[in-house]
Amino acid sequence: MNNQVKFVQGNEACAEGALYAGLDFFAGYPITPSTEIAERMSIQLPKIGGKYLQMEDEIASLAAIIGASLTGHKVMTATSGPGFSLMQEALGFAVMAEIPCVIVNVQRGGPSTGNPTHVSQGDVNQARWGTHGDHAIVALTASNHQDVFRVTVEAFNIAETYRTPVVLLFDEVVGHMREKLTIPEPGEIPLVERLKTSVRGGVDYHPYLPREDGRLPMSDFGGVHRYNVTGLFHDMWGFPTDNPKIVQGLLRHLVDKIENNSHKIAMYKEYYMEDARRILISYGSAARSALHVVENRRSRGERLGLLELQTLWPFPYNVVKERCSGARSVTVVEMNKGQIADQVKAAVDDPGKVFLANRVDGVLITPTDIRNFLRVIQGRGI
Amino acid sequence: MERCRMVFSGSGGQGVITAAIILAEAAALHEGLTALQSQVYGAEARGGATRTDVIIADSEIYFPKVNQPNVLVCLTQEAYTKFSPIIRPGGLLITDTRYVKTFKKVDARQRELNMYETVMEKIGKPIVFNICMLGAVIALTELVGADSIMKTLENRIPESFLDMNREALDLGVEIGAAAKR
Amino acid sequence: MAIRDFLRERFFPHMWCPGCGHGIVLNNMLRAIQTLGMSKNEIAMVSGIGCSSRISGYVDFHTLHTIHGRALAFATGLKMSMPELNVIVPMGDGDALSIGGNHFIHACRRNIAMTALVMNNRIYGMTGGQFSPLSGYGTLATTAPYTNIDHGFDVVDLAISAGATFVARTTTYHAKQMADIIREAIIHDGFSVVEIMTQCPTYFGRKNKLGDASNMMEWMKDITTPVGSKAKEENPDLIERGIFVQKELPEYCSEYNKVIERAMKGRS
Repeated sequence: MNNQVKFVQGNEACAEGALYAGLDFFAGYPITPSTEIAERMSIQLPKIGGKYLQMEDEIASLAAIIGASLTGHKVMTATSGPGFSLMQEALGFAVMAEIPCVIVNVQRGGPSTGNPTHVSQGDVNQARWGTHGDHAIVALTASNHQDVFRVTVEAFNIAETYRTPVVLLFDEVVGHMREKLTIPEPGEIPLVERLKTSVRGGVDYHPYLPREDGRLPMSDFGGVHRYNVTGLFHDMWGFPTDNPKIVQGLLRHLVDKIENNSHKIAMYKEYYMEDARRILISYGSAARSALHVVENRRSRGERLGLLELQTLWPFPYNVVKERCSGARSVTVVEMNKGQIADQVKAAVDDPGKVFLANRVDGVLITPTDIRNFLRVIQGRGI
Repeated sequence: MERCRMVFSGSGGQGVITAAIILAEAAALHEGLTALQSQVYGAEARGGATRTDVIIADSEIYFPKVNQPNVLVCLTQEAYTKFSPIIRPGGLLITDTRYVKTFKKVDARQRELNMYETVMEKIGKPIVFNICMLGAVIALTELVGADSIMKTLENRIPESFLDMNREALDLGVEIGAAAKR
Repeated sequence: MAIRDFLRERFFPHMWCPGCGHGIVLNNMLRAIQTLGMSKNEIAMVSGIGCSSRISGYVDFHTLHTIHGRALAFATGLKMSMPELNVIVPMGDGDALSIGGNHFIHACRRNIAMTALVMNNRIYGMTGGQFSPLSGYGTLATTAPYTNIDHGFDVVDLAISAGATFVARTTTYHAKQMADIIREAIIHDGFSVVEIMTQCPTYFGRKNKLGDASNMMEWMKDITTPVGSKAKEENPDLIERGIFVQKELPEYCSEYNKVIERAMKGRS
């Protein structure tokens, strides 16, 4: 038996993906339903000489990994809704200071303490706009353990490529259920390592002067270049400024580096989309139910397809617009009040053909629920 | 094969979740099948009604929950009262005689097995009650072999406990096989 | 190395008011560092938000200017990830003990080798003179127009109770002592806390009719006494300054190295 085949929870698949990507520093605070990620890290990291820190709260957890990222480490924290709320301020700092880091939110029911042990996908918009001010953000998700592993690795790659925080929006069902995970061989999934500056010591290094391609080569804290990092608007040395020209230039850079590359960041899977007359769009655990329905309907000859989104932010408007152009109806299957459905409506030519099939009671939406929604949409009643 | 949807239920601390994980892992890693395990989380670490779902199939499993199990195990009266109504008509319902008094009106093949008392009599350790239950389940369903269960246990528990678990598993297989006839 | 070599002169003049005590802290902190003979590359400074926190921008170390109250949390991650760095965390009183109070006590408890400098001017200066948790009962501030009814923390007592292994207090009047204490704090192998009583003539001084900066420094001279002095016995209202605690206890990064050893031996 190859010991690289495991039967694990989704949270463990995430932890394995992070380790594969080269994570060696994790800080966190226990919270259901994400805790297994922290537990796994506390076991595995010291074995490879890495560090696990249990901080006093989620604010401190994200702060600590930002500090560790600056010394050149790949870093992550994991939480759920209430902790993610606490992290919003430091998340904005990571955006502003352009610190690569990965933040996992295994979603549970909210608002507030909400429904801690039950599934939800209610934090999609929080991931987008939870921190204050204009900014871009990357948020990824997945519906099965192989994909959880894969998008976790990609989260680190994107964080390093664009020097940005990346949010992994999993959910309670995927986080807790167990299924098979095959860990890829080293090298099977390419890894992006940190872009380091080639400027030698003693030569003036401009930590916040982007290269022509928008990327910022970094210098590790503790290395030969000493520079300032701040959450204030800053100049090319990282020194605070309120010069309107510099303020506007920096904000534009922060947004453009993500939005202009949204086609590269867009990850999605298509099932029976080539000839689909009716389309389901879903993500995370809800996509499992959607795929169940699609497989079932296809076996009866019905032209139903599924577009499973893995990149939620930046929202892949072009992909959705193009794939849905010929469809009679587009039904978004999600476990919130239509947070992605709103984006789909903004993407397609005719928002009137976009429907929401949802559930917000802490129970995973079932194939029967979706079939009933489809019957109603088609005017056939339940 | 027909997709097998199972629900194991009991009281927190009886080990039903562990048993479900072992069964699903054995199917997925040692039988070449697809398996998926999930559980309902309450606030209790001990006590309360515990439920865990296992699906075993020879094709992809998408929807991870079980709505209507064709195999249901209830190890407490509370679990039996709560979950016996959801069994698929004609399904297999396994209870333990020490803990559960069955109703006649349930439309299922009910197997009332003397697992707990046999374990206490032959082994004397309630900790392996769940493994005995698992033995009965694999004997009655014939989805997963005892060897696969043992291989899974070898990765999960200290070597010094393996013999006791093997004994409990064999007891369960015996009880299950007898109930099959 | 000359003191000026520790400064980023490109970013001067600084933004502090005339008479502000923070410049005296900057000066004596650099004098302390100068005597230690460390390379600038070995020093990281992490600060939060407030007038005091701007100190990090002016020094030529690895500097991380973070968010309000969270400096110690950022610093903890930085230090854990690179224990060979000497980490200094200057904070204001509101920064360290109001919004950052929880991080402060937990950093003390962990005993991670960093130096927290609490620059206590008893007021929120950057936002224009609101009372802080160090202002003290009976003081005046823009948000305590009818006198403050909040009681203040004693930073030293709090740090000792929370487990800091080096705890000291000094003032901007006692510049020489300040440099000596900061030096001791930096070389201490554990979490060190130095409360530095400093003057904000613009807000605390003006609101509480304490005169100009030199009057305020004179006042700090008059209301303090060396730790364990006879004067304190005679006048219990005097505030003691000096080193209160200086003890060796296992340091957090070293302890985590033991965790790594245990894990690598398969005893996880």
